[in-house]
Amino acid sequence: MSIISIKDLNFSYDKEPILKDINLEVKEGDFLAIIGPNGGGKSTLFKTILGLVTPKSGTVKVLGDKPQKNLSKIGYVPQNTNINTDFPIKVIEVVMMGHVGHKRPLFGYAKEEIACAMGVLAQVGMQEYAQAKIGSLSGGQRQRVMIARALCAHPKVLLLDEPTASIDVAGQKQIYELLKKLNKSITVVVVSHDISVIMGYANRVAYVNKTLTFHELDSTFKPKDKQEHFCEVEMLQLLSQKKDCKC
Amino acid sequence: MRSRNAPTSKPEKGLQMLEALSYQFIQNAILAGILVSIASGIIGSLVVVNRMVFLSGGIAHTSYGGIGLAVYFGLPIFFGASLFAIIAALFMAYITLHQRHRMDIFIGLIWAVGMAIGIILVDLTPGYHVDLMSYLFGSILAVSQEDIYYMVALVVAIVAIISLRYRDILAVSYDSEYAVLRGINVPFFYTLILVMSALTVVIAIKVVGLILVIALLTIPVYIAEKLSNSLGLMMLLSGVFSTLFTLVGLFFSYQYDLTSGATIIMVSAVALLLFFGWQKIAKGIR
Repeated sequence: MSIISIKDLNFSYDKEPILKDINLEVKEGDFLAIIGPNGGGKSTLFKTILGLVTPKSGTVKVLGDKPQKNLSKIGYVPQNTNINTDFPIKVIEVVMMGHVGHKRPLFGYAKEEIACAMGVLAQVGMQEYAQAKIGSLSGGQRQRVMIARALCAHPKVLLLDEPTASIDVAGQKQIYELLKKLNKSITVVVVSHDISVIMGYANRVAYVNKTLTFHELDSTFKPKDKQEHFCEVEMLQLLSQKKDCKC
Repeated sequence: MRSRNAPTSKPEKGLQMLEALSYQFIQNAILAGILVSIASGIIGSLVVVNRMVFLSGGIAHTSYGGIGLAVYFGLPIFFGASLFAIIAALFMAYITLHQRHRMDIFIGLIWAVGMAIGIILVDLTPGYHVDLMSYLFGSILAVSQEDIYYMVALVVAIVAIISLRYRDILAVSYDSEYAVLRGINVPFFYTLILVMSALTVVIAIKVVGLILVIALLTIPVYIAEKLSNSLGLMMLLSGVFSTLFTLVGLFFSYQYDLTSGATIIMVSAVALLLFFGWQKIAKGIR
């Protein structure tokens, strides 16, 4: 079954097209990496999947329906999680924002909601920080909390926009290991700059620069062994070439 | 105690404070101080975390236009001021949601135009010279019984709204983009926050005046923010600090015959300085 299905999508804010004739199928269990230059339309593509912007033409379907109808099935981790670090809010409160807005008590939070939030925090290894102020965490820890928030509504697919942009190298690896673990039960789509890192985890790659070029990741793109130096520039060029693809 | 509408004769020292408490206008002043502190503690927290301090300043000044309108047509002052403040809040909510990058220009615009309308309408009012100063710097000693009713109603409404919709308001304030994805009506709650701020600003004008209202909405809140790990606690602490500063300010204002609004703000500012000092020392020890 197709988790996300995009057909002949075109998008522009004014006359200049941002996305042109995009076709994309994300299947259950995929780990898709979306790469491409800045301003190439990666984030806009995400926004169309989330239903935050309406395409000029073409269709976007999430689990066979409009994105707005299936918001609870999409877990979203936004790009910049370092904003608003002064905000007085506890980790667990951030996570509970992930619950979708119905079936809730008149005041405060329901017991099940708290239990559920603690469960997802445990999943990302952050349960002992539940009562901490969000601003007291490191960038990598905060990113885990945002992933927990996205997992809170038990989504079918997790969308992450540059999840490791502001995290040190060790933290980046931990985030990707976590995503790999989560990928066993959930579809993952990641926008990323860290091409060499993402190659070790993704099974498919979409290169977006106004148009979309799709690749199944087979051995040609993977470094043959860890010793071998793999040039990112070469790889980017390789990935941006139009190839026959299945979509 | 200097205030435009307060009696000027003073009783003997010593008995002064006790006797003061028996006056209706002093009781009203204390009650108004507490009510405004509760409202400004809650709303000030929202204003600070949503980065709307300048915006609230604009709305405060715009409401002077409403004061002028009320004077000209002989309407209750709160009615005129609230009307202008709500219109300004709705207008600014629209601008924020549709033209966020031009916000500062529109804040400056409503700020100046509101004041100008107020001043011209007061000029045009025949035979009546309203004291502009009492609105700029507050006249807590001139709080009437009706004012108190209005304040109680507003505080009850704010507390009810915040308790019932705390989660939505928290989500919209912390991460509005994500709130949209959770199906929360972000424009509605954003507008609601602004309208509540506007009405709070109007009652705070009575206590500290429209120039100083921003200090009341920010100084206690800033201290509370540093001590809180949740928005609810921040609101509570802001309310407590605000009440404390207002009552201490009132006391000094009475004791040393100073303008009440300015005294309240100076007490808050000194408290903020002490807080900074204490933080520095606490950091040094750690």
